[in-house]
Amino acid sequence: MNRRYLKAFLIGISVVAAFVILHYGCQESKDLTAGDEAGRVYVAPGTYDEFYLFTSGGFSGQIGVYGLPSGRMFRVIPVFAQDPEKAWGYSEETKPMFMTSHGFIPWDDAHHPKLSQTDGIADGRWIFINANNTPRIARVDLTTFKTAEIIEIPNSGGNHGSPFLTENTEYVVASTRFSIPIPNKDVPINSFKENFKGTISFIKVDKEGAMNVEFQILVPGFNYDLAHAGKGPSHGWAFFTSYNTEQANTLLEVNASQNDKDFIAAVNWKKAEEYVAQGKFKTFNTSYFRNYFDEKKHMGFSEEKTSVKVLIPEECPGLIYYLPTPKSPHGVDVDPTGEYIAAGGKLASVIVVHSFSKMLKAIENKEFETTIDGIPVLKYESVIGGEVTNPGLGPLHTEFDGNGYGYTSSFISSEIVKWKIGTWEVVDRIPAYYSIGHLCVPGGDTRKPWGKYVIALNKITKDRYLPTGPELTQSAQLIDISGDKMKLLLDFPTIGEPHYAQAIPADILMKNSKKIYPIEENSHPYGIKAEKDARVVREGNVVHVYMSTIRTHFAPDNIEGIKVGDVVYFHITNLEQDWDIPHGFAVKGLQNSELLVMPGATESIMWQPLKEGVYPFYCTDFCSALHQEMSGYIRVSPKGSNVAITYGTGK
Amino acid sequence: MSNNKSNWLKNSIYILLIVISTLALVTACGGDSNENDTSNQNQTLKTNPSGLSDWELENGFGPVKKKLNLGPIDKTMAAEGEKIFESKCASCHKLDERYTGPAQRNVLQRVTPEFFMNTVLNPDENLEKHPHSKEMLAQYMTKMTNQNVNLKDARTLLEYFRVLNEELVNKNKSNK
Repeated sequence: MNRRYLKAFLIGISVVAAFVILHYGCQESKDLTAGDEAGRVYVAPGTYDEFYLFTSGGFSGQIGVYGLPSGRMFRVIPVFAQDPEKAWGYSEETKPMFMTSHGFIPWDDAHHPKLSQTDGIADGRWIFINANNTPRIARVDLTTFKTAEIIEIPNSGGNHGSPFLTENTEYVVASTRFSIPIPNKDVPINSFKENFKGTISFIKVDKEGAMNVEFQILVPGFNYDLAHAGKGPSHGWAFFTSYNTEQANTLLEVNASQNDKDFIAAVNWKKAEEYVAQGKFKTFNTSYFRNYFDEKKHMGFSEEKTSVKVLIPEECPGLIYYLPTPKSPHGVDVDPTGEYIAAGGKLASVIVVHSFSKMLKAIENKEFETTIDGIPVLKYESVIGGEVTNPGLGPLHTEFDGNGYGYTSSFISSEIVKWKIGTWEVVDRIPAYYSIGHLCVPGGDTRKPWGKYVIALNKITKDRYLPTGPELTQSAQLIDISGDKMKLLLDFPTIGEPHYAQAIPADILMKNSKKIYPIEENSHPYGIKAEKDARVVREGNVVHVYMSTIRTHFAPDNIEGIKVGDVVYFHITNLEQDWDIPHGFAVKGLQNSELLVMPGATESIMWQPLKEGVYPFYCTDFCSALHQEMSGYIRVSPKGSNVAITYGTGK
Repeated sequence: MSNNKSNWLKNSIYILLIVISTLALVTACGGDSNENDTSNQNQTLKTNPSGLSDWELENGFGPVKKKLNLGPIDKTMAAEGEKIFESKCASCHKLDERYTGPAQRNVLQRVTPEFFMNTVLNPDENLEKHPHSKEMLAQYMTKMTNQNVNLKDARTLLEYFRVLNEELVNKNKSNK
């Protein structure tokens, strides 16, 4: 009897245990796999990632958008390179976004995405990115994930050290990687020391995001590399690394690696504002373009600017100081407290961390080694806060986790090194596969990092993926930093070369994501608000087709009276007001890209028919069960024929 | 006797355990069962073969959850509605001919005003759940699109169709 009850009791206990396990197991299904890497990066079908990750597209010129921890790609945002899929740089509306003082530039090399900030914390309004080759900065609107503005940087030989932001996005900063004659002119290259100069630029960002090159600082002809603005106590300052203080103009790998120390330029931009307000600037005549996209007109506009205010350090004491820093420093990263400024000396054997408060004291006490073109060089010993020894070979960049640790990428030894702020001891290291450049901790360069992961952005993948011929995929790696030991979780491919990347919690962006463009707000000059307004208008040899789309037809879908020699503009308005229902447009022989028109938007593409005949057109984005039926015909008659313009749908 | 009693006890305990474990298994993973829209409890009583409540069957799914108090026709509102129709509906609906969707002049003779508004405001859910909407989809093969019409604009659309309906009714009367 007793044994039987005992047996039943035990069975009862097991049932209750099973109930508990099943119950909590199902509620917290993600925890079932806690401890194993696959489970940590698994985002179940139909559920969302925790972070958005924005990676620079490098030589693709674009921005990649991924989810973390899954590494799934959601979108490529076209920025500096034409993208026929989205008609970016092909449609009449987007061509102005590519205008520069060098004409229409269809490509660039994009390096550093940077999320806008409020109070030193990423706020999710915009993301900025630099064009390295033809110096520009783009601003991408994160409600639409579309490039909203591109501004050219005058007096710059290459925009690498950009676009780093001040704490409230007051300014985007830029520094010229290559020094050039300013203003640019025809001089012998070996007159470098005499004729070449660098610039540091402060681009003001207004409340709506509009950018303006507020002022530049003319600096000695070094190579200015990267930057970060101060935060907290160091708000009001910005820091720029430089190399090639040797001022070599050939075989830089040898000739620009001679000096034991180069410089970090510390700029007091609040002081600069005062000097500008006092009129202590020179006006340089130049040419640069500001291009912006009007969301209501659905159209880009381009304006040329012809002058810029320039501050000369010799005339503006207290504006800028040099901090000696070994050795060809690359990254310059400010810790969350704003006190420490870490420099990645590419060829240095230590990570040098300058102290902001010591710097202020050294300035006050005039502890200068020398002065270069009016810029005081502070004594190394007076500004140094600490040195991280044995940081790996070739330290480049540092991000912070908000818990008192820095994470530095070391390119040559291909690893991430974790070190403690204050004691400067290395506490952990993990290999990266291979040749890590930048790294990213979510919020890792802000006042309040979200931490949790570090993403390694690698230069070489070699044997990590299935081979695809001589050119292999680019790659990032997700590493868990929530524990004492870093732990590799995931490799995932990226587009272009992923230089820098930034991540932000998904909920900050998701709630603001735009679903449609309200048709009643569409003020495109060639847009239509209703199908009854669809029409074809001839003006000489230019023909404007005002066309609408909705599931599942074009209006008009039969057009006659087009002639060889005509320039035909299709202005397509998508009358849909439903999320995720773009319509596409392409006509046989279209010398441009397709159009992909979002709900409520209007886009225009130009076509020049070369031969008479009948030309089909169709919707390129599968939109409904009758998508295959969404098509039409255009009749093209010989030049000089008298076929009248006629058009219609369903007649 | 005592043996039988203990068997009975044993069996009851096993049955009880089976019931508990089944319950445990059934309830353990039922995460998504909290659609407790209490305000609609009376209306969601399943009272007809379609599995929908009488209200849902007559008026569809959407923000309009009780009978509208329509009052006399407001011509100004109807004129507003006509504009909305032109910009947001006319690409797919003509008044008197089949186009992408059905001809619409007599829509209020086919469905209730509440169904009309709910369909305009919430096409996706109706296409998924309502037999009439499903039937229309099978016939026209293109899903009624969500044109992001707000409640106020949907009401003006209704007023426009009330005008058209009144004209139809008067015409029929005079024909008789």
